[in-house]
Amino acid sequence: MTTTAYAPALTGHYGFRAAARMEWIKLRTLRSTSWALLLTVVGMIAMGVVTMANTKAPHGASKVASFDPTNNVLAGVALGQLIVGVLGVLVVTGEYASGTIRATLAAVPDRRLALTAKAAVFGGLALLVGESVTFVAFLAGRAALAADVPHPSLGDPDVLRAVLMSGAYLAMVGLMGIAIGAITRHTASAIGVFVGITYVLPALLAGTTGTAVAKFFPTMIAGNSLAVTVPVDGMLSPWAGFVVLCLFTAALLGTGGRLLVRRDA
Amino acid sequence: MIEARGLTKRYGGTVAVDELSFRVRPGSVTGFLGPNGSGKSTTLRMLMGLDRPDAGHATIGGRPYAELRWPLREVGALLEARTFHPGRSARGHLAALAAGGDIDPSRVDVVLETVGLASVAGRRAGSFSLGMAQRLGIAAALLGDPAVLLLDEPVNGLDPEGVRWIRELMRSLAAEGRTVLLSSHLISEMALTADHLLVIGRGRLLADTSVAELTASGRSLEEAFFALTGDAAAYQAGGAR
Repeated sequence: MTTTAYAPALTGHYGFRAAARMEWIKLRTLRSTSWALLLTVVGMIAMGVVTMANTKAPHGASKVASFDPTNNVLAGVALGQLIVGVLGVLVVTGEYASGTIRATLAAVPDRRLALTAKAAVFGGLALLVGESVTFVAFLAGRAALAADVPHPSLGDPDVLRAVLMSGAYLAMVGLMGIAIGAITRHTASAIGVFVGITYVLPALLAGTTGTAVAKFFPTMIAGNSLAVTVPVDGMLSPWAGFVVLCLFTAALLGTGGRLLVRRDA
Repeated sequence: MIEARGLTKRYGGTVAVDELSFRVRPGSVTGFLGPNGSGKSTTLRMLMGLDRPDAGHATIGGRPYAELRWPLREVGALLEARTFHPGRSARGHLAALAAGGDIDPSRVDVVLETVGLASVAGRRAGSFSLGMAQRLGIAAALLGDPAVLLLDEPVNGLDPEGVRWIRELMRSLAAEGRTVLLSSHLISEMALTADHLLVIGRGRLLADTSVAELTASGRSLEEAFFALTGDAAAYQAGGAR
């Protein structure tokens, strides 16, 4: 056979840019993404407003000293982390369930790059939504405070830090979801592990060993280390908590990446 | 050009692909023929770097799949199982892949038109019939205008018109100088579509020959196939009860 082989010229090489654009399109072409994020925004703002509307002015020296309305207004993080974490899980396990993972890896055979692109795109979106929602929840919640209750301000010590870190926490929870999804590859087991780490284990540990171990778990860090302007006894400091979260997220993503490289798709 | 050298894959104690070596040349349609469970799909997944071989290696155009510069523009693949999310539209799925391969977005509508899905491009792909899903998979394979096509059971679920369309599409792609590897267990379809055949059974290469040679003695391709595969079929029905 004398047919000339078909060989179009190719320049360059696939890389992060193409992989990230693909992940972005995949994210926005699923309706569940916008619904889940809308639910996060509405739910977190509503929880902040309701909590603040029910916040009474503190009486007595110790009550005044521990009064932390910023912590109250960020109550919705407990709900937001569940939605964002599950959405992160689905970014990966939804591809395994549908077989899309094979199309993804056919386009981006460098599996670490594929996972990095997923984490960067979803993490970036979760960060944007997280920061926006914590700020709006803060402002809306403050407006709902009764007139006789001291109003927190973003200019007060530690308030801006608490709000910023709580927004960043949502992004980290999203990344943990992605990592756990890459580790288990199945939606149900990944959500089980995620809920175990964020809700069940810290509650069990808090009931048995107090704060000694529980203080290192994400939910505990979010509620008692990050979203506070008055330090809580026995808990990590804001920055110590933030560093622990970063290390935890990095360790999970590293494990997910290693398994993704090693296993058949 | 696709080349496999000593490809081997084991699952537990079972050898799915056993030291398989072959070359697939450009300019013709090569049929990859074998009974169910003979290792065709596993081999195609190893060619694409999705499954890691226990031994041996595979290259496409001289490079392992993982080292291709723009995989989707060099290799178009249709795998046996679905590879799209049921909640995403056909257009969304292809748009994402186009971005991943840095392929001109206008190609999305071109391939949707080619496979006949233009009118349902905005519908959730989860609502597609087997035949429509198959067409979407073929659209994805054609998206990057690749020089190499790997298609696993492409006629699955297609109606007679679709089967004929695939046959003509494969032949025209090969005539343009592309490398086309087509797996199937449908012998009659292979007889009509392929120029060259790789026959495997139990993960081993049983024949690497042209369709003309195999049927030269006046046998039908089906007779030749059964003579070759004999007891190499992994799953056989019937027998004495």
